[in-house]
Amino acid sequence: MSGDLNLTLKVWRQSGPNAKGALKTYKVVANEHMSFLEMLDVLNEQLISEKETPIVFEHDCREGICGSCSMVIDGRPHGPQTGTTACQLHMRHYKDGDTIVVEPFRAKSFPVLKDLSVDRGAFDRIIQAGGYVSVNTGQAVDGNSIPIEQEVALKAFDSATCIGCGACVAACPNGSAMLFTSAKVSHLGLLPQGKVENTKRVKSMVAQMDKEGFGMCSNVGACEAECPKEISLDNIARLNRAYTGAVLGSE
Amino acid sequence: MPRDVASRAAKVACDEGKGVSPTGLAVFLDFTDAALRYGKAKAHSMNLGASADYKKLGQEIIKAKYGNLFQMYEKISGENPYVYPMKIFPAVHYTMGGIWVDYNLQTNVPGLFCLGEANFSDHGANRLGASALMQGLADGYFVIPYTIGQFLSQEIRTPKFSTDLPEFEKTEKSVKDRLAQLLAIQGNQSVESFHRRLGKIMWEYCGMSRNAEGLQKGRDLIRELRAEFYKDVFIPGSVDEYNPELEKAARVADFLELGEVMMVDALNRNESCGGHFREEFRSPEGEAMRDDENYTYVAAWEWADDGNHILHKEELQFENVELKTRSYK
Repeated sequence: MSGDLNLTLKVWRQSGPNAKGALKTYKVVANEHMSFLEMLDVLNEQLISEKETPIVFEHDCREGICGSCSMVIDGRPHGPQTGTTACQLHMRHYKDGDTIVVEPFRAKSFPVLKDLSVDRGAFDRIIQAGGYVSVNTGQAVDGNSIPIEQEVALKAFDSATCIGCGACVAACPNGSAMLFTSAKVSHLGLLPQGKVENTKRVKSMVAQMDKEGFGMCSNVGACEAECPKEISLDNIARLNRAYTGAVLGSE
Repeated sequence: MPRDVASRAAKVACDEGKGVSPTGLAVFLDFTDAALRYGKAKAHSMNLGASADYKKLGQEIIKAKYGNLFQMYEKISGENPYVYPMKIFPAVHYTMGGIWVDYNLQTNVPGLFCLGEANFSDHGANRLGASALMQGLADGYFVIPYTIGQFLSQEIRTPKFSTDLPEFEKTEKSVKDRLAQLLAIQGNQSVESFHRRLGKIMWEYCGMSRNAEGLQKGRDLIRELRAEFYKDVFIPGSVDEYNPELEKAARVADFLELGEVMMVDALNRNESCGGHFREEFRSPEGEAMRDDENYTYVAAWEWADDGNHILHKEELQFENVELKTRSYK
């Protein structure tokens, strides 16, 4: 068929959290119209037809909005394209005969569960520590009772586009979760509804982040470069400011 | 133009062989006129006069409205939708229905709440753009924080249940047996291949428009497919590990039943209503024609292994509004 690509894949296979993993080589014929995950689907069909165990990888929406897909493609989280999740990467960017190396996100706080799937529960626990706005019981509030300037709303929205995929952690040489945590703190803290609890939020989310074993931020900037949603380093600066204020000031 | 009408028209055009792109499964969606219209209005509001670049002004408005969608399209297709018309084709992305809930979003199982599009509350013939988001936000922000507390306040002194109960044992056994049954098949075809074939049958015979003949045929095809699934599906791995293939198999087994019930329901409902468009029941202008006399009820089907599924009707009562026929004229 036209547009067919004969590819060699080197995929990380690991049967469980404590098992020893290794790169395994596969041959697959994909088409340039496929997405990267569809190419993996083709490989998995092939493996199942040979009664082998298919490669486990996470996926859900396949349109770049859910943050499930998590893989390092040729050394880069979510692959070679900027501002693109692995599911939005299309095979037309590859050539016939290419060799592609696919590994899981690697970080101390993201243990491998199986093959390309890692446990990102640490992110959920950071959110649980303070990534919310408290709501009183009683009558539901009116939708637009608090006016918000468009500029502020857009800034908060830019931070809120973080899909929590964990590429920032996988890209960081220190395995730091600062970009993720700062995006979550910013999107709530910039808005009047979230401002009230900001001091408490910043302290408890940072404490949880440290507890999960994520590394420190040394302003490398790899997180921003690899983020599929192009979350800005400004968020980290905002978090640092808020954190300094929170630990030095008093409520 | 409403989404259901546009979708049906796009499919008809492609079925007639008028589709574009190498697959023939697409029609063009051109934003040029929309850009000019938006641009002209913007130019008037800014007093720019007739020399203004309407197209450019309009494209900025389109970018503000649909920028993320256009970006997603460009990533998938590799074409710039601001320059080339978009290639579109209708697709199934939601089941247009869900679990019954009351006004507090509680299902008929006490304590089980259902939020977002998994419940049935906000569906119709036209899912407008972002209605999934709308319902998720509305249920999550405006409803559930104010209703779930009511339930929890009654439960605060309820102790933790023991699992040492006959009901628990019975359920645990039935789940274990079911998983063992699926794993024991050890056939030759992947779960995914069955899912795809089922999707094709649903799309073909229970899609945007359906008719009695097709629904009957679709029902038979699903039954054959289900029999084949239980004879020839291959699920690798074991029950004691993280096994996404087994999980998917359990889902597809459910879908095979749900698909059949959807066919049965669509066949039973001799009218066109909401997302259910029966070709036999339309007005001379081609619009959906309801039969309020006979079908003003919600149908809940109880599965029966022998295929004689049981219909439970919940009559719909309209007290403050009256039923009207939709008209876009």
